[in-house]
Amino acid sequence: MASHHFDHVDRSGSVSGPPSAGDYVFDRGFRGVAWLSAVFILALVVYIVIEIGGKALPAFSEYGFGFLTSTTWNVQTGQFGILPEIWGTLYSSLLALIIGGVFGVAIAIFLTQDFLHGHLAAVFRTIIELLAAIPSVVYGLWGIYVLIPLLRPVANWLHGEFGFVPFFGTSLSGPGLGPAALVLAIMILPTVASISVDALHQVPYKVKEAAYGMGTTRWEAILKVMLPTAGSGILAALVLGFGRALGETMALAMLIGNSNQISLSLFSPANTLAALLASSFPEAGPVEVRALMYAALVLLAITLIVNAIGLAVMKFATRKFEAER
Amino acid sequence: MSEPNLTATAALIALGASEAPRSLPNLNRAPFEIRALKSGFLTALTWIAALLASVPLFSVIYRLAIEGGSRLDWEALTALPPSAFEQGGGFGNAIVGTLVMVGLATLMSVPIGIFAAIYLAILDPDSRLAHSVRFLSKALTGFPSILAGVFVYAVLVVTMKTYSALAGGVALAVLMLPTVVLAAEQAMMMVPKKMKDAAFGMGCTRAQVIWKVVLPTGAPGILTGVMLAIAGAAGNSAPLLFTALFSGYYLTSLTEPTASLAILIFNFSGMPYDNQIELAWAASLVLVMVVLVFNILARIIGRQKH
Repeated sequence: MASHHFDHVDRSGSVSGPPSAGDYVFDRGFRGVAWLSAVFILALVVYIVIEIGGKALPAFSEYGFGFLTSTTWNVQTGQFGILPEIWGTLYSSLLALIIGGVFGVAIAIFLTQDFLHGHLAAVFRTIIELLAAIPSVVYGLWGIYVLIPLLRPVANWLHGEFGFVPFFGTSLSGPGLGPAALVLAIMILPTVASISVDALHQVPYKVKEAAYGMGTTRWEAILKVMLPTAGSGILAALVLGFGRALGETMALAMLIGNSNQISLSLFSPANTLAALLASSFPEAGPVEVRALMYAALVLLAITLIVNAIGLAVMKFATRKFEAER
Repeated sequence: MSEPNLTATAALIALGASEAPRSLPNLNRAPFEIRALKSGFLTALTWIAALLASVPLFSVIYRLAIEGGSRLDWEALTALPPSAFEQGGGFGNAIVGTLVMVGLATLMSVPIGIFAAIYLAILDPDSRLAHSVRFLSKALTGFPSILAGVFVYAVLVVTMKTYSALAGGVALAVLMLPTVVLAAEQAMMMVPKKMKDAAFGMGCTRAQVIWKVVLPTGAPGILTGVMLAIAGAAGNSAPLLFTALFSGYYLTSLTEPTASLAILIFNFSGMPYDNQIELAWAASLVLVMVVLVFNILARIIGRQKH
C-alpha cells in the first residue's frame, strides 16, 4: 500500500525493495514451523505422561495403592508390589546424594574460590565434566570388575568387626547397595558440581571482597558468607542431583543385585524402580508388563516431583540475585 | 594473644568513630591461631576431595586402555558377536547399530529442537507457550532415560509388533531433544541485539533475520549443544533395552531388532565367559572413544566462539 506511491520509481538499478510474495510465504511458513515445534514439545511431554499413565491404569485399578506397600513380586501368582524397589531407589539415591553432594560442593568451592590458577582450574573442570560423559554401562562394567573386588575385603572386614551396626549387617558377596550407591555418587557428582559452580559464580564479587576486607580467613569467608549467599542455588544442585540419581538405570541394574528385599545393610543386594524395569521388561509377559507400567508411573511421578522442586528452587535462587543487582 | 574483634573494629572504622579506639587491635597475621589452622585444614581436605574425585575417571580410562586395548583389533571391530562357548568374534553389528540409531535420533531431534529454540529465543520469548516449553525442556533433562524406553515401547513397539532400530532412534531422540532445545536457545539469545536490530532495520522479515543473521551467528553454540546431545545419546543404553533390543546380525532394515554397543556391554558383562567379558571391555573402549570425540568436538566448537 505504501509502495503504491513509489510505483513510478524505476527500481531496476536498486537492490532494495519490499519483501516479495515469496519472502512473505517463507516468513509465515518459517514462523509456523517454529511454533509447531514448540507445541510439539509440549504435546510430547503431555503424551508421555498420558501414555504411561494410561498403560498403568489397568494395573492401578487391579492392585490399587497396595501395590506401593506390598513386597512380593511373583509372576506365577500374579502378586506384584514395589515397596522394596521404592525403598532401594530412595536409599541408594540418598546415599549417593550424601557422598556425591559433599564431593560435588567441595569441588565447586575448589573451582570457584581461587584454589587453582585459571588454566589449571579449566583443566580440572574438564576432568569433572568428563566424569559425566562416561556412559552408564561403562561405569557398570567398571563397578563389577574394579570397584566391587576393591570394596569386598573392606566391606567384609567391617561386617566382621562391626556386624552389630545395621549398616554393616551383611557381608558383600558380589553386587550390592554400597557399590551401586558409590557409582551413583560418581555419576551425580558432575551435576551437583556444575550447578553449584554456577550458584557460587552468581554471588557478586564485592561480597567476597567485603568479607576478606573484614579480615576473615579463606574458610570463614566460604562458610559464613559464600555458602549461605549461594545457599539456594546449591540446594537446587543437590535436589537436581538427587533427581538424576533416582532415574539412573544401567549402572544400577548391573551393580545392585536385583534382589527384592528391604535391608538397611549397605552390603546386601537390593533393587530400584529403574533397575526393575530394565531387568524385567524385556522378558515380561502381558500381566507383568501391566505391573511394570504401574512401576514406571511411580518412577515418573517421583522424578517429576523432585525435578520440579529443584527447578523451582533454582529459579528462586536466580531471581534473588537479579533483584539485588 | 587476644583475638581482634573484627566486627566491632570494622563498625568503628565504618562509622568514622569520633572516638578513636584507645589501642589498635592486633592486625598482624597470626598463622598459628585456631581459625587460621582450621582454614588450612579445610583447604587440605578440599584438595584431597578434589583429587579423590578425579580418581574414578582415570581409573576407568586406565582399565579401558588395558583391558579393552588388548582385545581391540580388526576382528573385534567387524565380526559378529560370539555365542556362549565360541572364541573370537566382535561387535561390528553393534557399532553399525549404534551409529544408525544415533543418526536417526539426530535427524529427528535436531530440526525440531532448533525450530522450537527459535520460537523460545526470538519469536515469542515471553509467551505462556514459551515459558511452559522452557520449563518442560528443563524437566525433561532430568527425565529418567528408561522411561523414554517405556514410552516408546508403549507407542511404537506394541503397535508395530516388533522391536526396531526406528523405535530405538525415537527413544534416543526424546532424550536428545531437551539438550538441543536449551543449548540452541541459549546460543541464539547470545546473538547481540544490535545485529538483529540492524537486520530488521534493513527491512528483513523475521524469518530472514533468523535464517541469515541469528542462526549463522549462533551456529557454534548450537553445534556444541548438538554434539553434547549426540555424545549423550551414543552412551545411553537404558532406552534401547526394550525398543531396539539386540541382534546377533548386521542391520538389514530399520524395522527389525538392532544391536547397539551399550546393550552388548550390558549383556556381555554379566556372562561367565572370559571371551565375552573381554569383548565387553573392548566395546566399552570404542564407546567411550566415540563419546569423548563428540565431547571434545563440542568443546572445540564452543571455544571458537570467544
